[in-house]
Amino acid sequence: MLEKALYGSKRYYAWVGLLLILCVIGLAAYLKQFNYGLGVTGLSRDVSWGLYISQFTFMVGVAASAVMVAIPYYLHDYKTFGKIVILGEFLAVAAVIVCVLFIFVDLGQPTRLLNIILHPTPGSIMFWDMCVLTGYLLLNFIIGWTVLGYEKKGFPAPRWVKILTYIAIPWAISIHTVTAFLYAGLPGRAYWLTAIMAARFLASAFAAGPALLIILCIILRKWTSFKTSNRAIQSLATIVTYAMIANVFFFLLEVFTAFYSGIPGHMTALQYLFAGVNGYNNLVPFMWIATVLAFLGIILLLIPKVRRNEKGLILALVSVFVAAWLDKGIGLVLGGFVPNAFGQVTEYIPTVNELIIIMGVYAIGLLVLTILYKVVIGVREQNEVAEPSEGF
Amino acid sequence: MNRRDFIKLMASLGIGSALVLEGIDKIGAAAEVAPDSKALPAKHWGMVIDVSKFNSPQDFQKVAQACHQYHNVPDIDDPRHEVKWIWQEDFEHTFAELESEYLSEKVKQLQFPVLCNHCENPACVRVCPTKATFKREDGIVAMDYHRCIGCRYCMAACPYGARSFNFFDPRPYIEQINSDVPTRTKGVVEKCTFCVERLAKGQQPVCVEASGGAIVFGDLDDPNSSVRQVLKDNFFIRRKVELGTGPSVYYIIGGGGASA
Repeated sequence: MLEKALYGSKRYYAWVGLLLILCVIGLAAYLKQFNYGLGVTGLSRDVSWGLYISQFTFMVGVAASAVMVAIPYYLHDYKTFGKIVILGEFLAVAAVIVCVLFIFVDLGQPTRLLNIILHPTPGSIMFWDMCVLTGYLLLNFIIGWTVLGYEKKGFPAPRWVKILTYIAIPWAISIHTVTAFLYAGLPGRAYWLTAIMAARFLASAFAAGPALLIILCIILRKWTSFKTSNRAIQSLATIVTYAMIANVFFFLLEVFTAFYSGIPGHMTALQYLFAGVNGYNNLVPFMWIATVLAFLGIILLLIPKVRRNEKGLILALVSVFVAAWLDKGIGLVLGGFVPNAFGQVTEYIPTVNELIIIMGVYAIGLLVLTILYKVVIGVREQNEVAEPSEGF
Repeated sequence: MNRRDFIKLMASLGIGSALVLEGIDKIGAAAEVAPDSKALPAKHWGMVIDVSKFNSPQDFQKVAQACHQYHNVPDIDDPRHEVKWIWQEDFEHTFAELESEYLSEKVKQLQFPVLCNHCENPACVRVCPTKATFKREDGIVAMDYHRCIGCRYCMAACPYGARSFNFFDPRPYIEQINSDVPTRTKGVVEKCTFCVERLAKGQQPVCVEASGGAIVFGDLDDPNSSVRQVLKDNFFIRRKVELGTGPSVYYIIGGGGASA
């Protein structure tokens, strides 16, 4: 089936070529980091995790969100999602690959990566995160690829795949729960030490992930033969709406607990993010943009006239996606390092080299996604042209 | 290959693997070497620091210098990338949660040597995905620099800011290399080890020796140990005990003659 990705329009080749160039540029930037060390990044002794780990965290959410298409389709037989369920699964594949790469580029000693397997440590959440992410990658790839292979030959998917799809549903929840546990169990980081971290992660994921999926569907509808029905898009948009409302609600719960209790440690990170502390206020504009976009996105999605209009819908979804990204892809990780162990603030500004590496990782993810989606479109196009009996 | 060669090959393979297996057994046995007869034994190493004895910057400098020189700690000027095993913080920063506007000038001026607390319940050990940082039977939280993958999860977990990361090759920043202990490579985390390699030879930690009695080191599980004697006679505080980490570094501010 992979051969479908080898032939395409000029536009397709140009897009793949562009992504390949970005990958190479990213690789060159990574080699610089590999040779010199993480000193080429903006990371420091006090802010020891930065954009790499926050992008990882955000993309785990995008990966987990495939379940929002899978649950209605596989568990509730919601046939409207039948055509796009594979887009969700392949988006999850690409997202998990991006996650693994972000962990990889974050390591100080990447050549020792296999120590996690050679010296398995079940007490460490990172060990479990590796297990669930690997499993989720395999599940989604096997499910998507097999279903598509059978579809190509005109057969219904085999029974064992059905079983895997049922396993993949709780598995998706597990990847983001375990990722939340990476943060939520650390004694000295007040901003992360919250019991609803996993719930927040899932809510934010189920808003941002399907928002991205709808945008991808609209792009495919515009540029390729893959036409997603309006009904499927509107159903997904409903999921985005309520997940985002839950996400904002959960965040406000955090604000209440921090400020009504008045415990300094719990307030400081929020004060730093939204107002600045002792003159340190790098993230303040980002967090307020996130706030505005979150409410804007929700309001636009709640107005039927806007969400049924393609342009209005895109604006709403981009708002939701960017808001979720600013919250989880920037504020969450960096806020956790404020204050440091001595009650001080150290700020973090990523370097250009670091940003190029991030761009390279996303380029690899987009390349994987492009190839997988191209195969899907290729198979569907072939089946539409061919007579059903031709395969026999 | 004829049958004769085949049998020869199999026989040699068999002998070879038997030798290898025997060798592995020996390595296993060697791993449980008897400790040096001079090694200092303890069930739970702990430290008491008498802050009142760190009056001048020199009092502290000699301790930090002795430690950092002995352990090949690089001297990096940039606070973002610096590596430090023991350093000074004032009261408001060491005990941020005890800050008060009515602190006496005397307490405000106090400088606290801070280092790894060798917790009874160390968060860094709990989170490490490779057991590169681990707690020994004598309570010391130690590091295996060759196993560390540099994920820095321990740095996020440590509530004391005790861990440093090598953001680049530290060796050019070491003035004189002490070959008794390792230097580190780029990309690994490091911190105070309570001088495990010195304890194994019957020596006290470097900082204790250099402090001239301002730092006492001993077995917290032994009621007759020097640390327990000091703790019995003085009011002490530990950093962030409310987190349940069980720090093994105690601070006394008394300055009474009975302390150390």
